[in-house]
Amino acid sequence: MSLRASTSQTIGPYLRIGLEWMVIEDLAPQGVAGERVRIEGRVLDADGKPVNDAALEIWQANSHGKYASPEDTQDKPLDPRFRGYGRSLTDNDGNFRFRTIKPGRVPGPDGKPQAPHLAVTIFMRGLLKQLVTRVYFPDEASNADDPVLALVPAERRATLVARKKADGLLEWNVILQGRNETVFFDF
Amino acid sequence: MKNPAPYRRPYFDTQPEYLFPKYASTVKRAPKEPLVVLPHTLSELTAPVFGYGDIKPADSDLTKQHKGEPQGERIVVSGRALDENGKPIPNMLIEIWQANAAGRYNHVVDQHDAPIDPNFTGAGRCLTDANGNYRFLTIRPGEYPWRNHYNAWRPAHIHFSLFGPAIVTRLVTQMYFPGDPLLDYDPMYTCVADEKARKRLVSAFDWENTVPEYALAYRFDIVLRGREATPMENRR
Repeated sequence: MSLRASTSQTIGPYLRIGLEWMVIEDLAPQGVAGERVRIEGRVLDADGKPVNDAALEIWQANSHGKYASPEDTQDKPLDPRFRGYGRSLTDNDGNFRFRTIKPGRVPGPDGKPQAPHLAVTIFMRGLLKQLVTRVYFPDEASNADDPVLALVPAERRATLVARKKADGLLEWNVILQGRNETVFFDF
Repeated sequence: MKNPAPYRRPYFDTQPEYLFPKYASTVKRAPKEPLVVLPHTLSELTAPVFGYGDIKPADSDLTKQHKGEPQGERIVVSGRALDENGKPIPNMLIEIWQANAAGRYNHVVDQHDAPIDPNFTGAGRCLTDANGNYRFLTIRPGEYPWRNHYNAWRPAHIHFSLFGPAIVTRLVTQMYFPGDPLLDYDPMYTCVADEKARKRLVSAFDWENTVPEYALAYRFDIVLRGREATPMENRR
């Protein structure tokens, strides 16, 4: 059977009505193993104006590098209190925020380990389909061998790596267009 | 662990581009740099699982969320979620939201001069059953003006958000109503060149699921990306 996937449509300006019930900005309640980290940032448009109607969703492995998904058949422990999914809706200044743990390494193409990263999906008015990007961690030696970062032109890689702002606090901004435009993926 | 099969890339002209100037808001928000083609690793091939710990069965009835009855025409909206290989997608979270019967959203940004209905929030959730079927009871949404261009009106629609088995199957779309004269004037509906792809966004009048003396029904089937053939299926 060969069907065609339904066409994507914009999430529109009223996404909050449908998505707000499941805002998850704190992914890791007490007892979840791993290094605690806060990730905060802003979404900015081509004019540097904050985007106040975006939804950011993150998806990540636990500290052992295991996804809480039946598709992950790796022999690694699950953490029953950690689903690894977060959703934040931007405020009037375009800010979003997550509290989570740093994920472990997961296999990439051909089984080569990837550097720790979050998968990010972004929806907003003015996007007819989602943007897909990633957040990597600063001071992480494995970034140098990451098979996905290696596909990104070297001068643009920094847009995917969060900046350390304070102990346990990382900053990562989404620049939709123009100077320092964030790298987005064709997924 | 061997690499699982990736998902199919979109068939041409069936998915929108980021920049589509007829929809004015895309101009300042669409990326301009080339996209980087992402291999489908375990990070892309997995997704969160939701269940009845997350929602209640009553979340699928948008007409019973307040003390009183909402204004407007009750409708059943149901259908089936499949992937491109025709496989049903069971136990999947679907979120919907919409304007009320007068074409007004229950949202601070919506200043359209039409009445808010205190008995209608316009948000619902459900899980698909073992065969990929879902069903909502709601109110037929109204059309409404927007400021994209002179005399711009959105056709009546319901927003759908679906997860699917992988992050790359995540889909946000809109369901339209058959025979809506506004469809051909709408930059959202006309954002892809493939006419068959557009028509799949239009629900069908669904006599079989009408509820006598109570509600008419519309059917909206949704197709998420399917996997490429696995090495096993290629074996001769």
